Amino acid sequence: MTIITPIRTQAEAAYISQFPAFEAGLTTRDPAGLKLRRAAFERFVALGLPHRRIEPYHYTDVRALLREVAGPAVHAKHTVALPEMAVLPSALSALEAFKIVLVNGVLDRARSDLGRLPEGVKVHEEAEPAVDGGLADDPMIALNTAFMTGRVVITIEAGIKLDTPLHLQSMIGGAAVAVYPRVTLEVGKGAAVTLVESHFGPDGVAYQNNSLVEIVAGDDAKIDLVRVNAHGKAAADFSTLAVTLGASNVFNAHSFVTGGALSRHQVFLRLEGEHSVVTLSGAMLLNARQHADTTLVVDHAVPNCQSREHFAHVLDGEATGVFQGKIIVRPLAQKTDGKMMSRAVVLTDGATMNNKPELEIFADDVQCGHGATVGALDEDLLFYLQARGLPKTEAEALMLQAFAGEAVAMIAHDGVREALDGAIDAWLKERA
Amino acid sequence: MVAVKETVEQVRALDVDQYKYGFSTELEVDKAPKGLSEDIVRFISAKKGEPEWMLEWRLDAYRRWLTMTEPNWARVSYPKIDFNDSYYYAAPKMNASPKSLDEVDPAILDAYKKLGIPLREQEILAGVQTSKIAVDAVFDSVSVVTTFKEELKKVGVIFCSISDAIKEHPELVRKYLGSVVPVTDNYYATLNCAVFTDGSFVYIPEGVRCPMELSTYFRINEKNTGQFERTLIIAEKGSYVSYLEGCTAPQRDENQLHAAVVELVTMDDAEIKYSTVQNWYPGDSEGKGGIYNFVTKRGDCRGANSKISWTQVETGSAITWKYPSCILRGDGSRGEFYSIAVSNGMQQVDSGTKMIHLGKNTTSRIISKGISAGRSQNTYRGQVSAHKKATNARNFTNCDSLLIGETCGAHTVPYLESKNSSAMFEHEATTSKISEDQLFYCRQRGLSAEEATALIVNGFVKDVLQQLPMEFAVEAQKLISISLEGSVG
Repeated sequence: MTIITPIRTQAEAAYISQFPAFEAGLTTRDPAGLKLRRAAFERFVALGLPHRRIEPYHYTDVRALLREVAGPAVHAKHTVALPEMAVLPSALSALEAFKIVLVNGVLDRARSDLGRLPEGVKVHEEAEPAVDGGLADDPMIALNTAFMTGRVVITIEAGIKLDTPLHLQSMIGGAAVAVYPRVTLEVGKGAAVTLVESHFGPDGVAYQNNSLVEIVAGDDAKIDLVRVNAHGKAAADFSTLAVTLGASNVFNAHSFVTGGALSRHQVFLRLEGEHSVVTLSGAMLLNARQHADTTLVVDHAVPNCQSREHFAHVLDGEATGVFQGKIIVRPLAQKTDGKMMSRAVVLTDGATMNNKPELEIFADDVQCGHGATVGALDEDLLFYLQARGLPKTEAEALMLQAFAGEAVAMIAHDGVREALDGAIDAWLKERA
Repeated sequence: MVAVKETVEQVRALDVDQYKYGFSTELEVDKAPKGLSEDIVRFISAKKGEPEWMLEWRLDAYRRWLTMTEPNWARVSYPKIDFNDSYYYAAPKMNASPKSLDEVDPAILDAYKKLGIPLREQEILAGVQTSKIAVDAVFDSVSVVTTFKEELKKVGVIFCSISDAIKEHPELVRKYLGSVVPVTDNYYATLNCAVFTDGSFVYIPEGVRCPMELSTYFRINEKNTGQFERTLIIAEKGSYVSYLEGCTAPQRDENQLHAAVVELVTMDDAEIKYSTVQNWYPGDSEGKGGIYNFVTKRGDCRGANSKISWTQVETGSAITWKYPSCILRGDGSRGEFYSIAVSNGMQQVDSGTKMIHLGKNTTSRIISKGISAGRSQNTYRGQVSAHKKATNARNFTNCDSLLIGETCGAHTVPYLESKNSSAMFEHEATTSKISEDQLFYCRQRGLSAEEATALIVNGFVKDVLQQLPMEFAVEAQKLISISLEGSVG
């Protein structure tokens, strides 16, 4: 079917009109980088914003959902004063970690702990994108490449094992702005690291975040990544995680979402070395008219790898949850073991859950499965708890805590896991 | 398990590329000129002696079809179809409407005999056939004969070809035709609306339990023809019918198009059980020839507590694009979908279902078993959705795929959409190969690799086979083994 792209929406027109001025204002004149940006921009012009006829965005019609786009924040980076910002979610404030702070998408050296980073850990900035992510057909990634405001490169040298997490705090503030941060994490052979990304900004300001995190792992590396979306209630958040794993990696990534009016987190993970073990998990607690989309593509290109996914959605009010998970097993990837689970609790008739777990399998000696459930809280269990004297709201909270906690429990780092358990509590208290 | 032994013997007796129903029948035929145009639509309508409203309906569909584009979302690939390169009407030359079987060309009767389809009522009654099944035999573009019409009439059941129904029961046809699958539903359905030639019409009046199984047997015989059949089944309040459908085609090197539309309607407390054994010519092991099967099947549970159950065994066709669905509109209605899709050689299957929960307390169940072998691709694509008002909707989905050999693919693409807090959906899917342990166990007990595979596969699809009427189940079991022929070892 030929897809007829209708006339430009206001948001598309805004992106297109912003680029020439943005490009002219760039201070670096690296021709390769500029070429990448220009090519990405042209691709966006050709593709437009994704809509429901584009299969990967079937349930998140960005064309219809994204009305206005703020200007890029690049020129405003030093004018934002801290008090205007939303503060770090209290649950994470006690977390002991090395801070790497981005203010409106740009590395803020003063607020970061760059001076006291442990040995073997380096953080530096690059002005231009190195690659376009290899995900050329995604218009949101094209926008990140075109409008990127500096790339933060975190390097963990081979053999370095960090006990204390790195905490990337991306704060957005001031007036409504659009920010396009990009982070590259390079983990050397045999290294181990926990990276917490927290994204936050003020409530009531319609800002946009479009971030891309690239991870390249050497053999035997162990990486724990936790992304916390604590954006303001009016924010739009488009984030991509692109991961390429080597051999015998242990990779865990968790996505925790409570913020944003419209958010989409997409993970493209490619297993290129044998004997790696991947766990992806997530807890999404949504209310009001929030829309949160989680899209995963786990690509088994080599044999003998294992992947596990567990995602839990709690939907209150008129919220919409979207889960799309795809496991690809290429012809050579024999002995692949893949399991994917998506569970959702729909608390009201106004809320919607859309699930699309997919298997695409080209090798025969594999064990792959997925499960998806959608439903209300179990009446019998609620009754049991109420019969023991718990008021209904508390009984519900207890069950929801367990439900979301199951996904959070997959986070390896104790401190981070406890912090997020606290965040679930806070969300449930607010709900009550 | 006797059947398993039989299937294994059957497998042995056949070569890889042998398709049992691949013979063709030499007949004098009455054909429309090649190609597709308004004139052809008029030609078909005139041939069928249709009333003016029907012609208008067809022309309207044709004009809409011209504005539509071919869908490309399914996981199937094939060269672009030239819709002007085939014949849209081909009928064996014979009396306008044969009064009895004696007036039907013996060559056609012979063809059905070879296919094992009982057309002679007296033979059936005389006990040559074990059970009583009424058959509507569709040969290329026309219905050749419908058996047991009179006996069914006594209880008020109308079972005839759709062309007869348009003439004899225009009020029913006008009321229901296109009411489940709208004219503009999709590219192939719209094409079917314009050029459909024959098919079956079933009407079960209020409170009647159809006294026998009804069935239609579709046969494509002519070269270069497309078959476009249309089936409409209406079950009034409290009625029940079980309907079977079978299809075969001769072995030919070029691809032939088959685009059917099936519409089912159930009123309060009614039930339709629709079973299909699809065995169109699948092409040879190199992917040459075979039927392109683009089918739109949909049931509408209009009444409260009504039920529609689809059971399909898909072993044929080069390309299968088929999603028998249920619209669960009536409160308490139930939809079921049981499917076995076997692909071998270069076959491509993209099949599944849609369960649209609109009414309260609606339930649905999906059991899909896909088996891929050779270099085939087998995709399950299904949607389950609950509308805001579908309080207490329930769905259970189970899709299992089995891979035999390392050059085939099995894919699962489910869509689950819930807008109601009391709706409960459960979906599970697995993909694996035949377990080495099970194979070893069977072989240790003296079964050959092929016998062991047949046994395990039969076990794998048992849940679905159980849903088929007895005679069909035996046939289907044989068919599955034959389809997997050459895929082991």
